[in-house]
Amino acid sequence: MIENIGIEKFVILSTLMFFIGVYGFLVRKNLITILISVEIILNSVNINFVAFNKYLYPENLQGQFFALFIIAIAATEASVAIAIFVTLYRRIKMIDVENVNKMKY
Amino acid sequence: MTIDQFLLMKNEILLIAIAVIVLIIDLMTDNKKILFPVMIILFIFTTVIGFIYQTDGELFGGMYRSTPLINMMKNILNTGVLIILLQSAGWLINKAENHENIGGFCFILISSLAGMCFMISSGDFLMFYLGLELATIPIAALVAYEKMKFLSAEAGTKFILSAVLSSGILLYGISILYGTNGSILFKDLNNSVEITNLQALAFIFILSGIAFKISLVPFHLWTADVYEGAPVNITSFLSSISKAASVFILLILLFTVFINFSEIWNELLVYLSILTMTIGNLFAIRQQNLKRFLAFSSIAQAGFIPLGFIGGTSLGASTVLYFLLIYVFSNLGAFGVVSVVTSATGKESMNDYNGFYKTNRGLSIVMMLSLFSLAGIPPVAGFFSKFFLFTIAAKQGYYFLLFIAVINATISLYYYLLVVKAMFINENEQPIEKITSDVYAKLGLAICVLGIVFTGLFGIIFDYINTLSKGI
Repeated sequence: MIENIGIEKFVILSTLMFFIGVYGFLVRKNLITILISVEIILNSVNINFVAFNKYLYPENLQGQFFALFIIAIAATEASVAIAIFVTLYRRIKMIDVENVNKMKY
Repeated sequence: MTIDQFLLMKNEILLIAIAVIVLIIDLMTDNKKILFPVMIILFIFTTVIGFIYQTDGELFGGMYRSTPLINMMKNILNTGVLIILLQSAGWLINKAENHENIGGFCFILISSLAGMCFMISSGDFLMFYLGLELATIPIAALVAYEKMKFLSAEAGTKFILSAVLSSGILLYGISILYGTNGSILFKDLNNSVEITNLQALAFIFILSGIAFKISLVPFHLWTADVYEGAPVNITSFLSSISKAASVFILLILLFTVFINFSEIWNELLVYLSILTMTIGNLFAIRQQNLKRFLAFSSIAQAGFIPLGFIGGTSLGASTVLYFLLIYVFSNLGAFGVVSVVTSATGKESMNDYNGFYKTNRGLSIVMMLSLFSLAGIPPVAGFFSKFFLFTIAAKQGYYFLLFIAVINATISLYYYLLVVKAMFINENEQPIEKITSDVYAKLGLAICVLGIVFTGLFGIIFDYINTLSKGI
């Protein structure tokens, strides 16, 4: 058990990470960076789950299992997303969102 | 664990078995065309078994549950996917460049359906999340399926990014709910969830995550682009099956876990519903591409669904199920015609359909019936489902919402009739020439027409759904 560090520190950290991720998703121009922002969101959720499990409900392991599954699924999401980006790159030779705008209204 | 308990998961087990069989046959043979009939027969078998054999019970300590109502939901999804598979035969078999990919297409489509089934019968949030992702990630691969087209890759990019963001937001909500209640099982949450600020925030995160999938209005921006860029059959899958599955799980979550929140979600759903109907309709009027037009019409249709949730009654639940059953038939009917025309000629603009009736009588009549059903004109089934939804809202006293809904139903009639007018009245010097569709597509359209005509006329179907929904 980590001494002197309360649960609120973890919750503050995870909230900050969540909103940094959302900000990055909205602002960034490169598709890979957008994907990294989403990974930051998913990791903030992991911190939440593990911290809640450790501090509040140590008698069962639901939170830690949830975090494990999120890590696995984040990997599959990233692989499918990057596969799609590769097909995109083959067509236009760049992966900036500003070039992915053929369909609008 | 005994065999009886495994039979609770019969639908999922059969679907995964079909997916594996498809993969094995795909590896063994060189003639990929054989694959398709085999898979259709196996899939019909699964669908029929779902109707015959009812199950009720729980598995894995409540993580997986199955009730007659959930069975009915799975049957609706199975029927819809069967129709889509039949309709995609023309696109897969008649084009030589797609032969290599038949196995992959069927495998991905069926695994996505299996994910939806797991999602619907989930008993805790972990299972729900796994099912949701198993349903979503394969669809992203299917949307970007036409590797040679830029639009398809663009649609895939937009879809996977918005799907991942929405599931991240949903997960954050679930983590807050876990932190405040100490459990992720629906049963436990049902007793312990109460209205505090933090839990209301968690609820709103979860609701917005699911609303992304249903494409209710503030969360709809990905819809039209993805629907336009994806192959037609995938568009019909997204707009009917994927949407129906998300509505089902929203129904289960609202009526079991968040039943204590009903005053919050009644209010929220009223606003979401008004926004969705109005904006979907207004954008649908100005579309010229038929796929994009159907995308916005499906957004507008999704706006009617929250009317049935209001009040949280079991009658409302059965009305939502009935509405979605008919919506699946009529939407797939319209998309089926578009799919036949697109795979034969490659045309998907509304002006190309001028004078369509002169050359293709059968197809234009099917299209007309589906559009009438979507608009809600009396003899066809769409009228009854919309009427029942309006009755639910009226019974709870939401007259303003009802007023907006009726106005929107009228506006939607205008743009559906635009397409009918183009087909039957407008003149065209070079109409689309006569299309002879294959057996599969004919069978798929026939199922749609039967569904559109008869589900409304026989009250026994609604009564049957209503008896099931008592045990939600």
